[in-house]
Amino acid sequence: MAKPLVATAPFTGCFGCHMSLLDIDDRILELADLVEFDKSPINDIKTFSRPVDVGLLEGGISNDENVEWLREFRKNCKVLVAVGQCALTGGVPAMRNTVPLKECLEEAYLNGPTVVDGCIPNDPDIPILLDKVYPCHEVVKIDYFLPGCPPSADTLWAALTALLTGKDVGLPYELIKYD
Amino acid sequence: MSDETMTIIIDGVEVAAQPGQTILEAADQAGVYIPRLCYHPDLPPGGHCRLCTVKVNGRPASSCTFPASDGLVIENDTEELNAFRRTIVEMLFVEGNHHCPSCEASGDCELQAMAYRLGLLTPTLPYLRQPRQLDASHKDVYIDRDRCILCGRCSRASKVEDGKTVFGFEGRGIHKRIAVDGAKGLSDTDMSVADEAARICPTGCLRVKREGYRVPVGQRTYDHTPIGSDIEHKKATR
Ligand code: SF4
Ligand code: SF4
Ligand code: SF4
Ligand code: FES
Repeated sequence: MAKPLVATAPFTGCFGCHMSLLDIDDRILELADLVEFDKSPINDIKTFSRPVDVGLLEGGISNDENVEWLREFRKNCKVLVAVGQCALTGGVPAMRNTVPLKECLEEAYLNGPTVVDGCIPNDPDIPILLDKVYPCHEVVKIDYFLPGCPPSADTLWAALTALLTGKDVGLPYELIKYD
Repeated sequence: MSDETMTIIIDGVEVAAQPGQTILEAADQAGVYIPRLCYHPDLPPGGHCRLCTVKVNGRPASSCTFPASDGLVIENDTEELNAFRRTIVEMLFVEGNHHCPSCEASGDCELQAMAYRLGLLTPTLPYLRQPRQLDASHKDVYIDRDRCILCGRCSRASKVEDGKTVFGFEGRGIHKRIAVDGAKGLSDTDMSVADEAARICPTGCLRVKREGYRVPVGQRTYDHTPIGSDIEHKKATR
């Protein structure tokens, strides 16, 4: 039987959730036996080449490129798992959600105490920021949520192995954490 | 046991109650935990949060305000009521601006702990994302209203325990907020860091300055044991 395919996405996060996945220590070898990675920053595969079983999403949705890729993930993955507080709630980047975007940009690029000759970047290659940072489930349907900042390696391991072997992803008390 | 002792039935189990006790107090004494947020054992009940809602003879009622009386039949730990409580907790999360990873109360916060206990993986109701006012004017205590759940514990503690009137509610419905009795903010009141009110807040809203992050992750109040365990422990060791 072919191994299940896993893809991972880094949206607006700090990469900590991906690091936590690598933090499963030697179980990473077991994981390599269990699954094959498709599109992911871990192997630098840039596009989907075939349907994927599980998509793991890190980070909230803060710009047009995030939206586009999140929709691609929904199209190409049977099961989508939002991983970590940024993906679940917007997380730390969502602290800007109560400040108008214009004010955020002006503070960062024009008025901040360390700014010299500031200008708000508008290169066409830079993704366009959304008005707010959105949790993944406000943009597409999400099948599972793994909380934590980041979710511990044990949480990721417990959830992934359950998902891949068709078992219930019931997290015990100590693995449900919002920080 | 005095002659006055009454018996109420919670989830099919007989629980003794004394006259004058509420359902929640009788349950606590017997080691039966009813989820709650605005109740505090040192304060008169507020009846604000409705998390302690149980069914009394089939009708929903807040157990922190409902007097116990002989023969009441109460439902508490049922999937229906816990689903209702999960929804209340979700609403409290999406109404405020709760960024747990950067909050000093994380790990010790009763709102967060309640979400964990009820198995809420994440709120999925739409976020309100309204700016709320921060008050850092006082030298020892701050108010970060993003994290206020309007439980009223601070205002009850200020009145009953401290004999002051530092806090009160202002506005109605979705505009309701916790206000202070001083035009220029908390520094303009007679709030003192030694007040009971300074350490009564269940969340990260009203906090003493310079005390955050002292306890390492893994050793905080709710890292390993769910909220309510202390009460349930009484039953286990009886
Ligand atoms: S949830 Fe935490 S660890 Fe994960 S991307 Fe966001 S900030 Fe980083
Ligand atoms: S007050 Fe509690 S729920 Fe709110 S951000 Fe702080 S820890 Fe999280
Ligand atoms: S400041 Fe704290 S204690 Fe006061 S109403 Fe808000 S959450 Fe409750
Ligand atoms: S604890 Fe009873 S209403 Fe809040």
